[in-house]
Amino acid sequence: MSKNKSKNSVVEWIDYRLPIFTFLNHELNEYPTPKNLNYFWNFGSLAGITLVVMIITGIVLSMNYTAHVDYAFDSVERIMRDVNHGWLLRYIHMNGASFFFIVVYIHIFRGLYYGSYKAPREILWILGVLILLLMMATAFMGYVLPWGQMSFWGATVITNLFSAVPLVGESIVTWLWGGFSVDNPTLNRFFSLHYLLPFLIVGLVILHLVALHRFGSNNPIGIDAKGKQDTIPFHPYYTIKDLFGLSVFATIFAAAVFFFPNFMGHPDNYIPANAMQTPAHIVPEWYFLPFYAILRAIPDKLGGVLFMFGAIAVLFILPWLDKSPIRSSQFRPIYKLFFWILVFDCILLGYLGAKPAEGIYVLLSRVATGYYFFHFIILLPLLPNIEKTRPLPISISEPILSSSSFSTAAAVREKK
Amino acid sequence: MAKKENKNRRDFLVISTYAFGAVGAGSFVWPLIDQMNPAADTLALASTEVDLEPLEEGQAITVKWRGKPVFIRHRTKEEIMSAKKENLDNLKDPQKDEDRVLNEKYIVLVGVCTHLGCVPLGQKTGDVKGEYGGWFCPCHGSHYDHSGRIRKGPAPVNLEVPNYKFLSDKLIRIG
Repeated sequence: MSKNKSKNSVVEWIDYRLPIFTFLNHELNEYPTPKNLNYFWNFGSLAGITLVVMIITGIVLSMNYTAHVDYAFDSVERIMRDVNHGWLLRYIHMNGASFFFIVVYIHIFRGLYYGSYKAPREILWILGVLILLLMMATAFMGYVLPWGQMSFWGATVITNLFSAVPLVGESIVTWLWGGFSVDNPTLNRFFSLHYLLPFLIVGLVILHLVALHRFGSNNPIGIDAKGKQDTIPFHPYYTIKDLFGLSVFATIFAAAVFFFPNFMGHPDNYIPANAMQTPAHIVPEWYFLPFYAILRAIPDKLGGVLFMFGAIAVLFILPWLDKSPIRSSQFRPIYKLFFWILVFDCILLGYLGAKPAEGIYVLLSRVATGYYFFHFIILLPLLPNIEKTRPLPISISEPILSSSSFSTAAAVREKK
Repeated sequence: MAKKENKNRRDFLVISTYAFGAVGAGSFVWPLIDQMNPAADTLALASTEVDLEPLEEGQAITVKWRGKPVFIRHRTKEEIMSAKKENLDNLKDPQKDEDRVLNEKYIVLVGVCTHLGCVPLGQKTGDVKGEYGGWFCPCHGSHYDHSGRIRKGPAPVNLEVPNYKFLSDKLIRIG
């Protein structure tokens, strides 16, 4: 146990039998963390907090929601108009989904930039990709629940993806629907799964944290901490930094909830579902747009589906595709350039996903899709052969101590 | 000295930070709790109008108000007499009949036993009305008189008289 042993005898009595306090102290208080983490390392805790906010608001929303095709739309409108603070809870939940993806996408790109997926953190990374997949499934099914036009047609299109499977495709789709179209049985099972999956995500998050704490956080330099001089205790240094980041995040989140609650939504979803008429322009939520662009870029039904799922599947094997032993882009000039091209490529795919599938957009989608897979499958394995990396510092402390602006502060800390 | 001031300043900052945090957390938690209270549409259904015109002497009707039964009985002369002349010392929850009615012909009661919430019998002609001729709760045997007052059994207080008023001679609004 820690040096500052608890003076509370009840705590000690429990801790002797169930070492929960020792565990928490070890993992959240004294947990040694690299001292050079920048603000991109806030996004893990932000994602965790957003998950909790989504679960809490989701549980209270479900107390007021009716999962039936005849009542679902009206029950959501009732939440907006009649239930006490219902508008607030729904807007938090609705915008929370978007903010969850913003936070998680930044978290993922941070991992890509600083090579956080490399040994010995491969399983940590894979668990993260699994969380992303479950998040996508949960978000998709949640979007169906209000039973507006976009809900209905989104559900129809996405479930129809499975009809691309050879031989058994149609049977799978019928099985998913529980009928011959998206209807009440579909809505009911989506509600059930939408409630279940977040708790599976919580389970994966716990495993994600166990894997993280095995070797600790990666850091902007990407070299391992060599000892005590390279780390600081998680509390109070990173708890306070995470809380500060949280307050900034919460301010932006609140601004969206209170001033632009429908900015990231689609007005067609305020029209009740109509199985007889598809909206003129149907697009998924913004966080699916890059994948949607890949789906449409491939001129073959099965191929499109395979490439779309492949875009995520490739992330599972990323730790083995990137053969460079250097983690951080700071020491990989060519990778750094291609990283930013990849970021641009993903944003371009998102833009193209929102555009109609015609003319120049189709061509651009194909180029952008091609580049996405080129980056992971061809570039990353070959890059170490041609890239001349910069020399790594000896330790995490070295660049801090050698830069003059920090030397005084470091000297003061040494004195204490 | 300077050190002490610094410490006070530090304490102030810490305490005010916690206070702001507590207010923030509280204002986030309140909507989560308050959403379980009756919603606006539920509250909008909180009043019911009843036309007493078709209700003959000796007849009773049950209407639904806020999801609960409300008993309305057009009492006979004998029933009114027996309710009025009852000695208050005999009552578990003493209350004059005059205080329980607006018009002595009509008794309006929330038809929920004050013991554990069952609906007492006595509205229909064939019902058991209990030893005092008013209402009888079959769940745990509470007997109510013509004024809906508890006379015997486990119920602690009289049947509740809802808030209502006469809009005209024969029309009442409950709630």
